[in-house]
Amino acid sequence: MFGIFGATLLLSLREIRRHLLRSFLTTLGIIIGVAAVITMVTLGNGVTASIRDEISSLGSNVFIVFPVRTDRGNPRPFEQSDIDAVATQIAGVELAAGSASASATAFHNGQNWTTTVNGVENDFLRAQTIDVVEGRSFSAAEESSGQNVCIIGPKVLDAIFVPGVSPLGSEMRLDSVSCTVIGVLEERGQGGGGQDQDNLVMMPLKTVQRRFIGNTDIQSFVVKYDSSYASSGIQASLVDLLRERRLLQDGQDNDFNVIDTAQVNDALGAATGALTAMVAAIAAISLLVGGIGIMNIMLVSVTERTREIGIRLAIGALAREVQLQFLTEAVVLCCLGGMIGIVLAFGLSYGLASLVDVPFMFDPVINVMSFLFSAVMGIIFGYYPARRASRLDPIEALRHE
Amino acid sequence: MSDAGAPQPLIQLEGITKTFGTGPAAFQALKGVDLSIEKGDFVAVMGPSGSGKSTTMNILGCLDVPTTGIFRFRGTEVQALTRDQRSLLRRRYLGFVFQGFNLLSRTTALENVELPLLYRGESKAARRKAGLKALDLVGLVPWADHTPAELSGGQQQRVAIARALVTEPDVLLADEPTGNLDTERSIEIMELLTDLNRAGITILLVTHEMEMAQFARTIVHFRDGVVERIERGAAADPASPAPAIGATA
Repeated sequence: MFGIFGATLLLSLREIRRHLLRSFLTTLGIIIGVAAVITMVTLGNGVTASIRDEISSLGSNVFIVFPVRTDRGNPRPFEQSDIDAVATQIAGVELAAGSASASATAFHNGQNWTTTVNGVENDFLRAQTIDVVEGRSFSAAEESSGQNVCIIGPKVLDAIFVPGVSPLGSEMRLDSVSCTVIGVLEERGQGGGGQDQDNLVMMPLKTVQRRFIGNTDIQSFVVKYDSSYASSGIQASLVDLLRERRLLQDGQDNDFNVIDTAQVNDALGAATGALTAMVAAIAAISLLVGGIGIMNIMLVSVTERTREIGIRLAIGALAREVQLQFLTEAVVLCCLGGMIGIVLAFGLSYGLASLVDVPFMFDPVINVMSFLFSAVMGIIFGYYPARRASRLDPIEALRHE
Repeated sequence: MSDAGAPQPLIQLEGITKTFGTGPAAFQALKGVDLSIEKGDFVAVMGPSGSGKSTTMNILGCLDVPTTGIFRFRGTEVQALTRDQRSLLRRRYLGFVFQGFNLLSRTTALENVELPLLYRGESKAARRKAGLKALDLVGLVPWADHTPAELSGGQQQRVAIARALVTEPDVLLADEPTGNLDTERSIEIMELLTDLNRAGITILLVTHEMEMAQFARTIVHFRDGVVERIERGAAADPASPAPAIGATA
């Protein structure tokens, strides 16, 4: 049986080579379809991964709380006592840390640079897993007395500091406030909300409140909780506590928002996953169209080779053997298209991933699946022409010109 | 062979009719053909166009089935077989030679000859050996690697004969095998068929040329869908049995 199968395979390849251009044009649909599906899924995976990366940069098991505008008026900031209450009164909360920020112009070395000054405590950095790659974070004394020390983001470093010289210990000026650089932040790229996480300067919360915004308002805070607690329970307690402290009546909307990074992560993951699936489905339509092209050309081929089919039948080929021959040809054609498509997709998704700056995430499953799908296309769309070939009347077929 | 007991003809046609189409457009090509062909015979089927000789050949070649009547081949009633069973019968016992040669183009002579063996599932080595042997019989071994386009008509027909012989069939059916050849080539082909017949192969030949029919032992004349008469060909040796009687309906 291998003899006939091997010979059939060989015959198919020869038949494909005989009409090389036609075969290529025929499989173009499959090639484009496979390449499109794989590229879309690969890019989608990359986008999902980069979004997850950004979300996880907010820290895990973390709530971010900020005031929002309501119909009763502008956002109402928090106070330090709110944060202390959250940290002490809710079971499972490991820490709560506020922040306040203002925009400022940084001056150093005769250059200036527009940036954001962020007042935070060390706990804030810890909750959001922001690392200081050079130098150190704030000391307890610096935090409690609000000293003029700062940790600068990598973009600020590049913009106004002398390259190759450590900025640690240098003096810089933010608006009219001068401060000593004690550390450099890790590079973190764009944040989940679109803000630049590298162009900023971190200072102790108290310093920013006193020297930049002139009050003790806290504009947002982070809550890190023990992962063994259910986030929903802690979130509910957090909302209740804040409503109570902010004197909200029953029926009034919250004038603050609690974002659960895990939820955001899941929601964004689901959204990008659904988007990827949809785009891949659209791409799969081109695979289908490619399959129809295969059927079309196989029907032409059967007509062209009617005489050959007649000869084969006359010398004793069984209907299923003739059917197998044409089916093999269609499947081989589709598989070749699938292989070319995979190679094309590899180059395409690699190039596009670096173009749109998402990680290239090679997905073996989608590659194998697309290949198998193209083979199935060959079977589905090769079946009818092959069946037609096998049903020819040998006498008629032999007479065919 | 199973015909050791009661003498049973290799091929037996009884009351064969064949009608093409239905209703008012129906055309009855065969109107009741009775014919017996013994193993080892060389039968030439003659007759004007439309006499039913090609239809008869198609039935004898198991390519077509009669509308009514019984066709026994080696004792098997062929009209009762399925399409695939008839394919297997052709594969096992029959070899075909056509007027138009019907070789696969762009495929070498040897590959053409090997083709029937492919469907028997024989190994590449066995196919090659048998293919070369068959090409040797028709004297074309030096041309084994040539495609039909590179061969003359006579050579192509000899490749076709080699293809028909490669399975060592019981019966060789040749439908106007010399129709596309000049006289000299035609005679070469007929001499080749005569040699094969002497070697034991039953040959059924359709021709409209008396000159070619003279190579046969038995000549069956068709007219208007029936067997008109049967005569001995020039090749019939006196010792051979009298040709089977064909009756008309």
